[in-house]
Amino acid sequence: MSSTLTQKPVLPPKREITTEPRLSDKIFQRVVTGGGLSSLLILGLIFLFLLIQGFQTFKSQGTRFLTGSLWNAAMNDAGQVDLKNSHFGIAAMLIGTLICAVIAIVIAVPISVFSALFLTFYVPSSLKKIMIAVIDLMAAFPSILFGLWGFFVLEPVGVYWAKLLHQYFGWVPFFKMQAPFFSRSPFIAGLILAIMVIPIVTSISREIFGQTPLDRIQAAYALGATRFGMIKAVAFPYARSGIVGGAMLGLGRAMGETVAVYTVLNIVYKINWHVLLGAGGNVASMILLKFGEASPGEVRALMAAGLVLFVVTLLVNSVADLIVSRSGKSGR
Amino acid sequence: MSTMTTKESTAVKPGKPWRATPLQRATTASIFIGSIITSFIIVAVTPLKGKLAYSGMFFIAFVVFDFVYARLTQGKSAGTDSVFRGFVILGISIAVVPIVSILYSVLVRGIKGLHLSLLTTDMHSTPPTDPVGHGGLMHAIIGTLLLVAVALLISVPIGILTAVYLTEIKGRFSRPIKFLVQAMAGVPSIVAGLFIFAAIIIPLTKTFNSFEGSLALSILMIPTIARTSEEVLLLVPQDLRESGVALGGTQWRTVAQIVLPAAKGGLVTALILGVARVTGETAPVLLLTGGGDSTNFNIFKGPMGSLPSYIWKGFGAGTPESISRAWSGILVLLVLVLSLFVSARLISDRKKG
Repeated sequence: MSSTLTQKPVLPPKREITTEPRLSDKIFQRVVTGGGLSSLLILGLIFLFLLIQGFQTFKSQGTRFLTGSLWNAAMNDAGQVDLKNSHFGIAAMLIGTLICAVIAIVIAVPISVFSALFLTFYVPSSLKKIMIAVIDLMAAFPSILFGLWGFFVLEPVGVYWAKLLHQYFGWVPFFKMQAPFFSRSPFIAGLILAIMVIPIVTSISREIFGQTPLDRIQAAYALGATRFGMIKAVAFPYARSGIVGGAMLGLGRAMGETVAVYTVLNIVYKINWHVLLGAGGNVASMILLKFGEASPGEVRALMAAGLVLFVVTLLVNSVADLIVSRSGKSGR
Repeated sequence: MSTMTTKESTAVKPGKPWRATPLQRATTASIFIGSIITSFIIVAVTPLKGKLAYSGMFFIAFVVFDFVYARLTQGKSAGTDSVFRGFVILGISIAVVPIVSILYSVLVRGIKGLHLSLLTTDMHSTPPTDPVGHGGLMHAIIGTLLLVAVALLISVPIGILTAVYLTEIKGRFSRPIKFLVQAMAGVPSIVAGLFIFAAIIIPLTKTFNSFEGSLALSILMIPTIARTSEEVLLLVPQDLRESGVALGGTQWRTVAQIVLPAAKGGLVTALILGVARVTGETAPVLLLTGGGDSTNFNIFKGPMGSLPSYIWKGFGAGTPESISRAWSGILVLLVLVLSLFVSARLISDRKKG
């Protein structure tokens, strides 16, 4: 056998095999990559320009910008803002933003989770599509609509509820009142934000409940579980982290909302923990409120406030996004 | 989950054991009616009053009756189940009530100020105290159309390129870009407005115009378009891409001539959703466009009216006439946004069916 192989086989000349893309593909990939990176560019530019404009304020105010609650622009003789003598502090606004957003989340999350459970496990199949469309529709309502509706329709109802809360739960520290001034309170702003956030949290929770593995659901039913037993043992543990992420996305949205809060909230430069009292704060609305009559120096301070809002919402959204994208891997 | 069984022409009639029997329906109905009656009695006897009291008492009575019935007939876990079901239904009811209330109040309050000349006149010579019949929102509709159209022109290439990068190239930036697009979707609208103010108005133009508003709107629009287009492109079967390459097409030709045309309907949906997202955006428009009262076609010069700023001005002026105008503006804006939303749904549904 080996004798026949004395003659060496003639190998063809080596040819180069490459996966070198053609010129058109190279251009295509460059252009698409460039387009894809635009989100990085835009976010970077937002940070950069707000920092450039707000830098003077940060420098002159120092930590007072984040811890102070005074906002007055002192003018010098030349008619410009005297940075040394003016006070720009957004602590009251930041805490106010957080209070309104937390009220919104506390109200919205239970409602949204129950709604999502209804839309996933309870709704008759003939109604399912239309009900999901109706809830999603609400996510498309413009915020100015919520603002007007909140001012004219929700406000009186909210005041009535606030009075009830004060009457029956007045012993809770947050519900105490020094003066009977119930209108345009953080509570009402939280209510309107809750209504705006419900469709967002509902649709995220619904998607995650919908991904619950069918075999686990059927296993639970086969073992004799009621619907509640199945949800408690299978669906909820599976969806828990996704719901937390969805709630945080809602929190981010509620913290950045401008117009709807502006119309229903009475903005006061004082840290107010009593949520039923008609005095609160919100960074975004404060920017809109001050922007119209602000001098160039004060606009710079508003830019700094905008930067803080940008960074805070970006952080909240990023954490939420991480949680949502990781969810579904946990649970039994 | 409850799929219908196919009808077979056998002698045995297929049963539907999951359907409620007439007796069960009657029980549910009587529990329902019983709870309504109980709530009326409680409200009449106790000092409670108002719609809140009626609905609260009705809910409590319903849950209690339902629980007692299920507990007695089916045992402990059925009782817990019925209480939980009560809360689930309460949750969805609370979620739906504001939608109904919003649609109702916009319709009732907005319809009063509707008249045909709304579409042919603007507000340049109409003070807020004029009767509702005066003035119109031609300038606002034109302004909104221009603002959104220019924003669309800017966002569509960027949004679709981002989606193509994420689905076709899948390079090493895929994960960070996906993350950044999500982050961009969370940028508050007022920050987008401030950014354009800081980057363009302060250093360069120093005046308001509609183009700056469009730039800010496109920041809000790009993530919506990119995310929806990405989902749509992911639905294009991998076979189509492989056949394109197998026929000797380069990646560029495969994407441009096969993948994108295959996803056309979905991409249109993405654009419509992007438009719906920004049409009602108010904060950046208020900061950047100047909110004019007369008709303006030049996007680079002069203040531009828009529906949100029209509504805002009407609301801010505070006279009964101007507030009535604001509600009419809201009605027009809502009809616009809803028709966009519904058409996006229809297009994507047709695609699937």
